[in-house]
Amino acid sequence: MATLSKNKIFPGFNLSLGYTLVYLSLIVLIPISAVAFKAGSSGFDHFWDVVSAPRVVASYQLSFGLSLIAGFINAIFGLMLAWVLVRYNFLGKKFIDALVDLPFALPTAVTGIALTALYSKNGWIGQYLEPLGIKVAFTPLGILIALIFIGLPFVVRTVQPILEDLETELEEASASLGANRWQTFHLVILPILLPALLTGFALAFARAVGEYGSVIFIAGNIPLVSEITPLMIITRLEQYDYSGATAIAVVMLVISLILLFAINALQAWTAKRTGRSR
Amino acid sequence: MSHLSRFEKSGATTEPRWVKYTLVALSLSFFGFFLLLPLISVFVEALKKGWDVYLSAVTEPDAVSAIKLTLIAAVIAVPLNLIFGVAAAWAITKFDFKGKHLLITLIDLPFSVSPVIAGLIYVLVFGAQGWLGPWLDSENIKIIFAIPGIVLATIFVTFPFVARELIPLMEAQGREEEEAATVLGASGWQTFFKVTLPNIKWGLLYGVILCNARAMGEFGAVSVVSGHIRGYTNTIPLHVEILYNEYNFAASFAVASILALLALLTLAVKTYVEWRLRSETHAEPLIEGQP
Repeated sequence: MATLSKNKIFPGFNLSLGYTLVYLSLIVLIPISAVAFKAGSSGFDHFWDVVSAPRVVASYQLSFGLSLIAGFINAIFGLMLAWVLVRYNFLGKKFIDALVDLPFALPTAVTGIALTALYSKNGWIGQYLEPLGIKVAFTPLGILIALIFIGLPFVVRTVQPILEDLETELEEASASLGANRWQTFHLVILPILLPALLTGFALAFARAVGEYGSVIFIAGNIPLVSEITPLMIITRLEQYDYSGATAIAVVMLVISLILLFAINALQAWTAKRTGRSR
Repeated sequence: MSHLSRFEKSGATTEPRWVKYTLVALSLSFFGFFLLLPLISVFVEALKKGWDVYLSAVTEPDAVSAIKLTLIAAVIAVPLNLIFGVAAAWAITKFDFKGKHLLITLIDLPFSVSPVIAGLIYVLVFGAQGWLGPWLDSENIKIIFAIPGIVLATIFVTFPFVARELIPLMEAQGREEEEAATVLGASGWQTFFKVTLPNIKWGLLYGVILCNARAMGEFGAVSVVSGHIRGYTNTIPLHVEILYNEYNFAASFAVASILALLALLTLAVKTYVEWRLRSETHAEPLIEGQP
């Protein structure tokens, strides 16, 4: 009853919630449910044939494997970058802090062509790697670099606020009990940061799995070698094989949903651990 | 910068100098290689063949029509998602109801869906073989491989931006001010425009800027529904792709540099807004404490 009367204080409950639900259904829920209906209409055998084809299986391995590696690299360097931005003062710090969000703001196609130009045979970086026998552009390594680029801000921006809110008392207590700086870091600070770090990792991973624009230019798209899963959907669509595209989309959607709920649980854990709201 | 001096005043919360410099050097190199270099290369590649090539690339008719289409998509998608974001944040933060957490999760859904799937779902609804395909065909309405499809895909991928910015902000601000306004006899709209809106304006602007940047830069979702008809259904990012695939690199990077400039502008405004948000949240307790 208490909530009922409380809801009556403000006007606009029916209007705002009604509008939210209608708009959400029209733009997101109904179109997404089309995937389920389409997949259901073509039968399980067809579904299984499509999603277990060798080229598609190779694309899962590539997409998930590289997204995991990119997530780990971003977790390490993102944590380091967040630490440096919060703890130290150096020239150009504000500039770097602002530019960390570049991957959020820079359109993926621009990222894609820029990275390809940098790492191709004649590119600024590629020309030094080529003589060493390291090929980046048009190989899985190139995909990894694109995934690192797009995932970095997720880790920095989830860890940074937690680091800023950290109490000095914890570290002082740890030091006064005889811990050295490294012990204080990995026994006191890291456990506090862990939920946020995992959230950042999961966000970067989720983004990387579905990423298309920044990867497609540098990937080379060689069957069984450097084809990502979203590209497999595109290839089917270009052949007007809508049921095939839908079958692969179902696999990706299920994984996205699992990740989405995992991320929500991680964020709730972060909030509980640190007393922050989101 | 208060947190910084807090950590630097005591030996218990600082590291040896060599650790500090190593960490800074490593972070800066990582940042330089992975973020800064790609950004700089866009502009260098764009101007490689001189200003004339650059200017003709960004002013040729196909580029201009791509710019126009991108603006149309953003001008429709951003306000729609702005209204939705405000409505959703109002419903979620000012009222208690069952299923609120599920609703918040569902609002975030477009962020966790691959852009390619975002395009696919509209093909399945509006495409020739889709749910509404036969009907649309008989009415002679084109959505997929036409401008409406591009607008829809843009709305989908930018769907959560404003809502997800406003929900935590309005949650943190609480309901007291609106309650006071209502008790004093303000109507719902008066309460919203005179009390809530001034409180959330920076957060709102922040969400709109990010929403706009994504709307103008979306590639994957738009690529699926566009059909790539030059001069008709090409947005700026799709035009960049076409030029690139034609090995017309200088023109491709020239057009891409418009998007890169937009990204830099977005970051500049975002940094300013963040600074305003921060100074306002820090000032809040002082204002609240006054009679």
